Amino acid sequence: MEHRSVLSRRELLTRGIAGAAGLAAFGATVSATDEMSGHAHDPHLAGTVGAVPVDGFDPMAFLEHFDRGRVSRLPSGQTLREYDIVAIDKEIEVAPGVFYPAWTYNGHVPGPTIRAAEGDRIRVRFANGGSHAHTIHFHGVHAANMDGVFEPVRSGEEFVYEFDAEPMGLHLYHCHAVPLKKHIAKGLYGTFIVDPATPRPPAREMVMVLNGFDTNFDGENEVYAANTVAFAYQRRPIRIVKGELQRVYMTNLTEFDPVNSMHLHGNFFQLYRTGTSLVPHEFTDTVMLCQGERHILEFTFQHTGRFMFHAHQSEFAELGWMGLFDVVEPVA
Amino acid sequence: MTQRSRAIWPWAMLPVVLLAAMAVVFGQSGLVQFMRRGVPPVEELTFERVTLKPDVITVGIVNGGPDPVTVAQVLVDDAFWAFSIEPGSKIPRLGRATIEIPYPWVPNEPHEIMVLTSTGLTFAHEIPVATETPSADLRFFAVFALIGLYVGVIPVAIGLLWYTMLRRLDRRWVDFALALTIGLLVFLGVDALHEALETAAQVAGAFQGTLVVAVGALGALLVLQMAAGGSLKRGGVEGRRMVALLVALGIGLHNLGEGLAIGAAYSLGEAALGAFLIVGFMLHNTTEGLGIVAPIAHDEPRIRTLAGLGLLAGGPTILGAWVGGLAYSPLYATFFLAVGAGAMAQVVMALYRVLGREAEGSAWTPLNAGAVLAGMLVMYATGLLVA
Repeated sequence: MEHRSVLSRRELLTRGIAGAAGLAAFGATVSATDEMSGHAHDPHLAGTVGAVPVDGFDPMAFLEHFDRGRVSRLPSGQTLREYDIVAIDKEIEVAPGVFYPAWTYNGHVPGPTIRAAEGDRIRVRFANGGSHAHTIHFHGVHAANMDGVFEPVRSGEEFVYEFDAEPMGLHLYHCHAVPLKKHIAKGLYGTFIVDPATPRPPAREMVMVLNGFDTNFDGENEVYAANTVAFAYQRRPIRIVKGELQRVYMTNLTEFDPVNSMHLHGNFFQLYRTGTSLVPHEFTDTVMLCQGERHILEFTFQHTGRFMFHAHQSEFAELGWMGLFDVVEPVA
Repeated sequence: MTQRSRAIWPWAMLPVVLLAAMAVVFGQSGLVQFMRRGVPPVEELTFERVTLKPDVITVGIVNGGPDPVTVAQVLVDDAFWAFSIEPGSKIPRLGRATIEIPYPWVPNEPHEIMVLTSTGLTFAHEIPVATETPSADLRFFAVFALIGLYVGVIPVAIGLLWYTMLRRLDRRWVDFALALTIGLLVFLGVDALHEALETAAQVAGAFQGTLVVAVGALGALLVLQMAAGGSLKRGGVEGRRMVALLVALGIGLHNLGEGLAIGAAYSLGEAALGAFLIVGFMLHNTTEGLGIVAPIAHDEPRIRTLAGLGLLAGGPTILGAWVGGLAYSPLYATFFLAVGAGAMAQVVMALYRVLGREAEGSAWTPLNAGAVLAGMLVMYATGLLVA
């Protein structure tokens, strides 16, 4: 599969035409008619005014994009997945009209969602095009010199990370250069999914990285979001088909605040902590995530209509980490 | 135009023309970028007037920084909120904008408004106690006139009644009253200067609040000195009457500033004007009446003159309360307070002259010096009531 560094709406439309099964609903979700027109002037709903253009980074496209890398087979028969990741300094729009001088993997925050099956060989060629030394520290089981801690990659240099994808579960990666807090807050992080050898049951799958941005650099976040853009999924609700199994890979990479959370309206979800078990740990509608903590959430909606999902810390919700599921009847 | 002036003009214009040329070269050459070193623009937004109507908060902001500022989002109490901004979200240097936020604010509770600019900087303003901003209706004018009446007009009028006592005292004690007045005015002048500098801190940086104080105070002093100089020099009844007029004017300007502050604080919910505070202001301001009549105690002024002087001193409180309640601006408040301070300084100078003339050269008898101190102490003591 060709590696894509920047997601764009055009790319997604192309993929939609290509007919990728998992993206069948995508074209409809992206259409402008779906925007919650006029909500900005509803005094009973917090939110930003205006819209962030999606030509740079489209949260709706990011939501369902999984990068499985360039696939080949090693002589041993093991599957090899190769990735190119470039660190780039880039100004990103985190709320309509609000720009943040980010450090990114591949030009967007969060970085690409890397997905492999348990036991696959992962090879990441990391080039540092940024102004500071960076690394990629993957969570998982690997050799000490592949940990992305003691081998800072200086500006203009490269490094190749190679390891087997294990254990199965939902993991993350982030820069581990010092000062650590700064490198994470600036946007150097992403999701790393290791699928079990026997795949999970088919479902519509989404990835959400909970993050925040300290736009005035006072050590507190001004903007919160799932996938960077404040209120992105409130403005353009995520379409869900009633009765269809939904699976959300949710990772918390919010800096400065020790915890974040997820609350689902009008429904409950099965919770797989760190995604390391195929048996759910809990059936709930609210879960707390520490920095770096991540869970797989599974749910099926029984009712149609608009349902919120957001941090149950009301402050985070009203500062941007708030979205809507628009549940529709299945097309006959 | 004479031969001589024709010869002068080109030389006067030469530096100006050169300066303009230099400015053009500087602007065109990219020197600005070179000197900036890629440092992001400095943004400075200052909140001016914040008004509260049912479910609507209106915020006036001014850009006092060196560069244009773009307002990207508005937060109320740490929540992104809907808003509209007039005339536009990009505010030029020294430009103003009005932001309207439909927000269900809660009476008697604090709220925080925060503006998030395109570069991610934040500027916040706290509403200490949310109360509905009065509209400019009959009730508003009546209530604020009443406040001004109680705080300014009535106390001064009551103070004027000391006239009957003063006219029966011999000259030594009238001098004492004059010296006491100097004490009162020094206190009020310092108070006005302090208030002016304090308010100047709220003025957007580019408008240079502190220098507005300097220009306002010195300007008032010079204008009054120029206008009243002749009468003061001649002395006698005319001179003393002029001094009384100046005292009344100085106190009036001070009370205008006081009215502005009270009106603004009251309408913005920043001050609960309790009965105690009103009584305090009355006591504090009553002494001002004494100051006005002291210079003319032995001149048998007409009742009409006294009433006019009282109105000049007390009336501006009402005017100030109205303006403060409806259109408070830190810039204008700073200016008026500074003008008040300058006027007070001029009056102190005039009074000293009167005292010197009365005392034939030795103004600072122990009695008079004590009176100045006593005047300040009286103001200090009554000031405790309004703290």
